Amino acid sequence: MNHLPLIIKREYLTKVKNKSFIIMTILSPIILMALFAVVAYLSQLNNNKERTISILDESGQISVIFKNTENTKYTMLEDMSLKEAKDLVELNGNYGLLHIPNNTNLDNIAQDIRFYSEDTPSLTVISRIESKLEKKITDLKLQQAGVDIAQIKASKTYIDVVQESYQGEKTSKMDNVIKLAFGGFAGYLLFMFIIIYGNMIMRSVIEEKTSRIIEVIISSVKPIQLMMGKIIGTSLAGITQFVIWIVLGGVLMTVVSIVFGINVAEMQTPQQEIMQQAAQSVETNEMQNLISAIYHLPMTNLVVAFILFFIGGYLLYSALYAAIGAAVDNETDTQQFMLPILMPLILAVYVGVFTVIEDPHGTVSTIFSFIPLTSPVVMLMRIPFGVPIWQQLLALGILIATFIVIVWFAAKIYRVGILMYGKKPSYKELYKWLRY
Amino acid sequence: MKHLLVTKSVSKSFGNFKALNDVSIEVPTRSIFGLLGPNGAGKTTLIRIINQITMPDSGSVLLDGELLQPNDIQYIGYLPEERGLYKSMKVGEQALYLAQLKGMSKAEAKKRLKYWFDKLEIGDWWDKKIQELSKGMAQKIQFVVTVLHQPKLLIFDEPFSGFDPINANLIKDEILQLRDEGSTVIFSTHRMESVEELCDHIALIHKSNKILEGPLQDIKKTYKTHTFEVGLVTDNEDRLKEIIQQNFEIAQADFKSLNDDLKLNIKLKPNETSNDLLSFLTQKAEVNHFIELIPTANDIFIQTIKNY
Repeated sequence: MNHLPLIIKREYLTKVKNKSFIIMTILSPIILMALFAVVAYLSQLNNNKERTISILDESGQISVIFKNTENTKYTMLEDMSLKEAKDLVELNGNYGLLHIPNNTNLDNIAQDIRFYSEDTPSLTVISRIESKLEKKITDLKLQQAGVDIAQIKASKTYIDVVQESYQGEKTSKMDNVIKLAFGGFAGYLLFMFIIIYGNMIMRSVIEEKTSRIIEVIISSVKPIQLMMGKIIGTSLAGITQFVIWIVLGGVLMTVVSIVFGINVAEMQTPQQEIMQQAAQSVETNEMQNLISAIYHLPMTNLVVAFILFFIGGYLLYSALYAAIGAAVDNETDTQQFMLPILMPLILAVYVGVFTVIEDPHGTVSTIFSFIPLTSPVVMLMRIPFGVPIWQQLLALGILIATFIVIVWFAAKIYRVGILMYGKKPSYKELYKWLRY
Repeated sequence: MKHLLVTKSVSKSFGNFKALNDVSIEVPTRSIFGLLGPNGAGKTTLIRIINQITMPDSGSVLLDGELLQPNDIQYIGYLPEERGLYKSMKVGEQALYLAQLKGMSKAEAKKRLKYWFDKLEIGDWWDKKIQELSKGMAQKIQFVVTVLHQPKLLIFDEPFSGFDPINANLIKDEILQLRDEGSTVIFSTHRMESVEELCDHIALIHKSNKILEGPLQDIKKTYKTHTFEVGLVTDNEDRLKEIIQQNFEIAQADFKSLNDDLKLNIKLKPNETSNDLLSFLTQKAEVNHFIELIPTANDIFIQTIKNY
């Protein structure tokens, strides 16, 4: 008798109807969004604060570079001593005082510039002032040396090397960023999925042991059917949760943007701002590049490989989680067996993040994309960079073969373990169970 | 007599530990078969082999004369000693699920569940979760689920543990009724008084071996010692004792009686009958208690295991 559909249905329905599952599913995106909204609101508050910075420029030739912006006002102080200036600024409650001394030697000026303030000033403010000063003093020095600044500006050149494959496909840096984003997202998604839902499978196996129903069940179904039913049912519940999260997250995101009037695209940290400034100069081609980069991705390959490696990797790990659940009596005993499972998974993410970025087709990345416990994550990260089909098939073949071996092994442990109560087994005992 | 279930030289080892050694039992159709033995004797292993939870290393199991097949689980109802239900699942859903796993259709399972729930007066539990019920209540549901698919063979491992005397009696009556309706019951327990009440056949397993098997009455006959418990009214107890001792082997007995009698256990020699003893005694004193000592299942259990 094939009870698999029945078991899958029960596992799925109990998971989905479980109160904490429902709460988690609905609450997580709301909490996340609320957090997001708070952070966005706060950073906006911060950005909108108007600062007044007073400048006492005794040299008289540098302060021209400071022009008022929306959030920062500059007040020029003249004809007073540093002491008077400090008192005045403190009295007015200004953000700070920038003091530029007078000296014929520009190097001395540069050394003696000071910023006075009540509290430690913001890092962004200081670095902005610094970069402006650096630029101006460099210009002044060049002028002193008799160099024509206009000429230098005219000869400044920006380079964006267009990369082209032998087949004539043009790519750019943006391509790599997009590829990394795709690969990283896929790999990370798998990693999260395994950890969250693998644990869920393990708990559900332990629950059957602690409630002592297991012997009743396996007098009706084969242990391997029960195990596969659990894995598939829990995965479906997981996919349901993920889909709800994505949909709900999208809806909430829109709502939050409208309610708070935040343009999500404009929301950015100072670092991003600086990066954006740097990128502005080469902006013209980038949008085009971005679109063509996405267009250039091996989409069909990516989607098919994602589905296959995701399923393969997930099933492989879930079988291990199920075996652990069967081997122990309660969740606290799972620790010693969790480490050997988490190690390859974490290793895979590290290899993916550090070596794939550096060299997607290097020895390390290639080897790890064949080792079954790391291949799903690493291969998913590599594929956007173009992996030959034979390599993908080989890795998938190894993965499936390993899956079959692991399921056989997990089923053995499962079959014996679910009827063992009392003590926590050692690895030696697990090995003995394999031979029962 | 036909046998519903036969095991032939079943052996099973776990690592170096031999759990069952060459165990053969024959369970007659429509009997209540007591599978007895001390803790750790191998009863549960044997039961799990019959349920195909564990596979034997050697030997075979026949159901209705045919080798046991994976599909035969639908003909077996098993109530394990380590039993429980999904705590957070509703009673009705759970019972339906377990019935469907035994191969029943949903509609059929519903119909039969209604019959049983009404019979045991637990109909209003349908939408309750197991965690809201007491242990005894959960056990009742477990019992229903075990017998629901009308299996030919029912296996109960310590069925009465967790029941109060009233419910234990209720379950006992149900088991007897199921037997009368045609089921065969294998019954594993330590509680000898329930063996006495229910079983017509027994097998005793000790240290992985079957050491005794047969109809309970026959076994009792072979184990009886031809000893009679008597109560005698007399003026001179010592003298009477002496006279009897010259003819029979006697021992002090202890039983409850209204009179202050001389209480004795008197053992007959193989060629003597109870009439010989009775006529001898009536000449010497007034007999107001005369009963043959029949070994209880408990006596047989302890004696067999001690002698093994």
